[in-house]
Amino acid sequence: MDKKRLVMVRRDKLPMYLRILNPIIFLIVALAFSGIFIIMQGFNPVTVYIKMFGEAFGSASGLSASIVMGIPLMMCGLGVSIAFKMNLNNIGAEGQFAMGAMASTGFILFGPKLPGALQIPMMIIIATATGAAWALIAAIAKAYWNVNETIITLMMNYVALLLLNYLCYGPWKDGSGLNLPYTKKIPATAYMSNLGGTGISIGFIIAIVAAVIMYWFFNYTTAGFQISVIKNSMNAARYAGINVKKNIMTVLLLSGALSGMTGAIQVCGSIHRLQPTISNNAGFTAIVIAYLSKFNPLVVILVSIFFGGLAKGSFTVQTQGVPAQIATMIQGSILIFILVGEIFIKYRFARVGQHESINKAE
Amino acid sequence: MTIFIAILASTIIVATSILYATVGEIFAQLAGIMNLGLEGIMLMGAVTGYLGVMQTHSLGLALLYAIFTGVLMGVAYAFLTVTLQTDQVVSGLAMMTFGTGLSGFIGKPVVSVAANMAFGDIAIPGLSSIPVIGPILFDQNILVYIMYFIIPLSLYYIYRTRYGLLLRALGENPAALDAAGYNVYAMRYGYVIFGCTMTAIGGAFISLAYTNFWNEGMTGGKGWIAVALVIFASWNPLTAVWGALLFGGVSILGNYIQMIVPGVPSQIIGMLPYVLTILVLILSTGSFRKKHIDVPASICIPYDRENR
Amino acid sequence: MSEPILEMKSITKSFAGVVANHDVNLSLYAGEIHALLGENGAGKTTLMNVLTGTYKADYGQVFFKGKEVSISNPKHAVELGIGMVHQHFRLIPTLTVTENILLNSGTCPLILNTKAMDEEISKCSQKFGLQLEPAAKIWQLSLGEQQRVEIVKLLYRGAEILILDEPSAVLTPQESVEMFKTLRKMADSGKAVVFISHKMNEVMAHADRITVLRAGESVATMMAGEMNQDELTNLMVGHELPKLEKKATGKVGDIVLKCEDISANNDRGLPALKKANLTIRSGEIMGIAGIAGNGQKMLAEVITGLRKLTNGSVYYKGTDISGKSVMQRNRMGISFVPEDRLGMGLVPNMNMMSNVILKKYGNSKFSKKGILNKSAIQTETEEYVKKYDIKNAGIQREIRLMSGGNQQKLLIAREISGLPDLIVVVYPVRGLDIGATEAIHEIVLQQKERGAAVLMISEDLEEIFALSDRIGVLYDGYLSDPLITEDTTKLDVGRLMAGIGIGAAKEDEKEVTA
Repeated sequence: MDKKRLVMVRRDKLPMYLRILNPIIFLIVALAFSGIFIIMQGFNPVTVYIKMFGEAFGSASGLSASIVMGIPLMMCGLGVSIAFKMNLNNIGAEGQFAMGAMASTGFILFGPKLPGALQIPMMIIIATATGAAWALIAAIAKAYWNVNETIITLMMNYVALLLLNYLCYGPWKDGSGLNLPYTKKIPATAYMSNLGGTGISIGFIIAIVAAVIMYWFFNYTTAGFQISVIKNSMNAARYAGINVKKNIMTVLLLSGALSGMTGAIQVCGSIHRLQPTISNNAGFTAIVIAYLSKFNPLVVILVSIFFGGLAKGSFTVQTQGVPAQIATMIQGSILIFILVGEIFIKYRFARVGQHESINKAE
Repeated sequence: MTIFIAILASTIIVATSILYATVGEIFAQLAGIMNLGLEGIMLMGAVTGYLGVMQTHSLGLALLYAIFTGVLMGVAYAFLTVTLQTDQVVSGLAMMTFGTGLSGFIGKPVVSVAANMAFGDIAIPGLSSIPVIGPILFDQNILVYIMYFIIPLSLYYIYRTRYGLLLRALGENPAALDAAGYNVYAMRYGYVIFGCTMTAIGGAFISLAYTNFWNEGMTGGKGWIAVALVIFASWNPLTAVWGALLFGGVSILGNYIQMIVPGVPSQIIGMLPYVLTILVLILSTGSFRKKHIDVPASICIPYDRENR
Repeated sequence: MSEPILEMKSITKSFAGVVANHDVNLSLYAGEIHALLGENGAGKTTLMNVLTGTYKADYGQVFFKGKEVSISNPKHAVELGIGMVHQHFRLIPTLTVTENILLNSGTCPLILNTKAMDEEISKCSQKFGLQLEPAAKIWQLSLGEQQRVEIVKLLYRGAEILILDEPSAVLTPQESVEMFKTLRKMADSGKAVVFISHKMNEVMAHADRITVLRAGESVATMMAGEMNQDELTNLMVGHELPKLEKKATGKVGDIVLKCEDISANNDRGLPALKKANLTIRSGEIMGIAGIAGNGQKMLAEVITGLRKLTNGSVYYKGTDISGKSVMQRNRMGISFVPEDRLGMGLVPNMNMMSNVILKKYGNSKFSKKGILNKSAIQTETEEYVKKYDIKNAGIQREIRLMSGGNQQKLLIAREISGLPDLIVVVYPVRGLDIGATEAIHEIVLQQKERGAAVLMISEDLEEIFALSDRIGVLYDGYLSDPLITEDTTKLDVGRLMAGIGIGAAKEDEKEVTA
């Protein structure tokens, strides 16, 4: 008598409707789970959610605000996606963002004076280069010595944030006015213009263009193809003669570059000066977004707007006493439950005999 | 002189606040599971400990609240990483995000509400009178004293018991243990839960001993420091103590540095531990070394029996 | 030594329809060294895995000390006193010798007292005359020393039957000598020692009793000295005349590949290819025979650029390509069908089209200025499917959904599509059914007809004889002088495969008898 046991076997194919339905189901589960804590704090989750999402996406002004909050998330999300697409854990986006912001703001405030038209482009270039440079140590260590990039990029975050803190409280502090750790505002000529009267800076356009370029890059170019091969099989990549070291360096530097660029976009488009909270955890949230988007650049844009909306919505419900941290809590639980849901995309339940191996060959 | 004593005594406190999480994570990583979510779990421990004190007016019960939280989060994390075998980096970050958000959420009502109940300093009779060392080491709160025992106990467990041997083998080669009939999954669950529980206690330490209030994000990155410290310490609890003292000392020093060496910004000093960690990581695991002897070989690789 | 300590009778074991052991009999006696001799696939390892409880036999009986036993799992085998040292050691590098030995011994004390434990291990190893440093960490030890740890691990648990799988495979010649001295000591102290080998000189020199396995059956058992090398080789490879396929008559032309004194190391840094010389001309198939693990991987990788030479040069159509990269060699017309189909030659999680352009994405046919021409790639893929009848689940689907035979067809189709002048194929039909095998062989012959030079590395003598014009044999990293297939018998090749009359084997024999 062969006793059957329940195991999970790899799925051969997944119907499209399931592939879309799965994340939606688990998104709802996540909201329900968070709802438990909302109830514990004495609020009605349904009304809270309606208010949040209504404010964030229900009106033009709300949607604009959501997009504005989503811009730094998008850019960092794109940067992070490049690295994760090749199984490289760049969790240093926060630091690369900060470095980009510092370098570009420092340049515009204390560097040579440039004609107005050149200011924004120059800031972007400097920020991008600095972000890439910040990822260099991790890139070299991983490519040449196979050192885990996760911890290095994480540590570089703290060095960058401490530097930012020092500059804002110290030498770059705006002496005049309130005794706050802000720098002077950047010249008005370096402000990014808005789209229409929406308050959304052209940074949004930059992000969309970057996403489209990335999408095209990964699916239609030989360089993108090489990255896919490396991600799927390091051995096959070596066999095919692909230069793995070069690709690791390129990918990590590009990832840092995009995150660095975000710094300039945030300064020119939103905050208009440097302050210790310039990055505001965007680098970490971006990782959540990147993962949820399955590193697809176009989806990153959408998910970033959604997360931006969560942030906007959380500010709104704050006036009614709901703590603003509800946004982060929801973000975390969405990721957790989507992770759980993943398992059902990859595997399904099956019954096999006691001694059978689920592998085809022995 | 009194300043130095004050600095060193404070260093011990800061070090302890990091050590609970560090020691817990050392066990988890030795078993092969990396948890990047320590910051979030610490915050949850801090907030539930604080809420516990507000509700029960008992420090002991408050600590139990924190422990319970740690266990729950440990089970959840183990479920993700051991049973579902999800990528550990992402799972850890998910825990961090959720823990950070949830703690801020449920802690809002008690922000800036004084609990007026903290683990006070207990001077050990006799020992605390020893000049210099006395006030530094023996006039601390009970959680610090508990850590004094945890370190040698951990060392003993890891290097001098059969269970410790199995633990070290687990992180290196789970397949071998599985083949020998041990339940690898159960072992990993156990160590992950232990790690998260210790981390939660570390969080409670911060809101109930180190300080006595709750504010969102009050752990200030200590969870992340713990992650770095585990590697800096090469997975050895004793080395972790030196590392924690170093990290702690440096952060305390930052406040006083202007008095001793004017002109050196505290933040620059603050960077040192992180830079050191990077150096240690590269030097100890870089492939130019003849042999990686430290990183548990199976870390971040989920164990799947069918795909052995 | 009258009654066998262990008897295996009529052991039969199949995997998914393939018979690994059929009606195999084996008797082990205490105090003896017993050798299991046979080629790859003869069933030696399977048989030992049944004995150690890793597999359960489909049919047959095992008697231990006269009583029938059913060995249900590895733990049970250990309890009985049966222990095996595998080819890949199961030691934990960061732990010490003592810790490794005690880890699974079942008698590990709760509190570890290092000094006492170290002494205990010392005593145990000295009892059997083995030198060990109990406090050393495994990663600090040489492979020979590690093997000794594995042996002591078994002795400490009270093993009475010691099995070693190809024990000299990872050792230097000197270490091998020491190891066999150790085995003799084990036997003299009353243990039953079994070692699996394909090396004739070892078996002749060290075994008391020999059992030959071939194609899953125990062909003969005899005491050492009852048969000579030739007789044993015959038993190992079989008497039947190999079927010579009707080979296409192609014109053999200029030299395409010339390897002069090429040497290379394996992944552990030990020499694995030793001053091999090889010449292949266009329009001919050179078959390389040999038991797996004697340098095949190294030979293929050195020619295709995946491994550095430590000595010698590789000439392709007259040019020295020793320093050229993999990609450069691809473009020059060298293609490679590796033994690891899914781990190296193909990417299982990518679709057919991606696998088709795995190496050729830079080709002007498939991309211009870095941008992929997807329709051209699709057309190419569809051509392969039609031409070679590759059954698939859809060219957009992952190729891991395809059967082994179809995957291999895709791999070969891709490799020959650029009309390469040199094709290196390693174990081309491993794991494939008859239909796929015939199709692949057909393709290989067509390449020869076209005028390509083919280097075919295989462990299947039937295949070698059927397709090759000339045959070389790899043994312990040495490549024999090529034999002309028509003038060669299986016995000639078999002797070389077992190490008789090749390379340093002659030196070994002198050393061992000293």
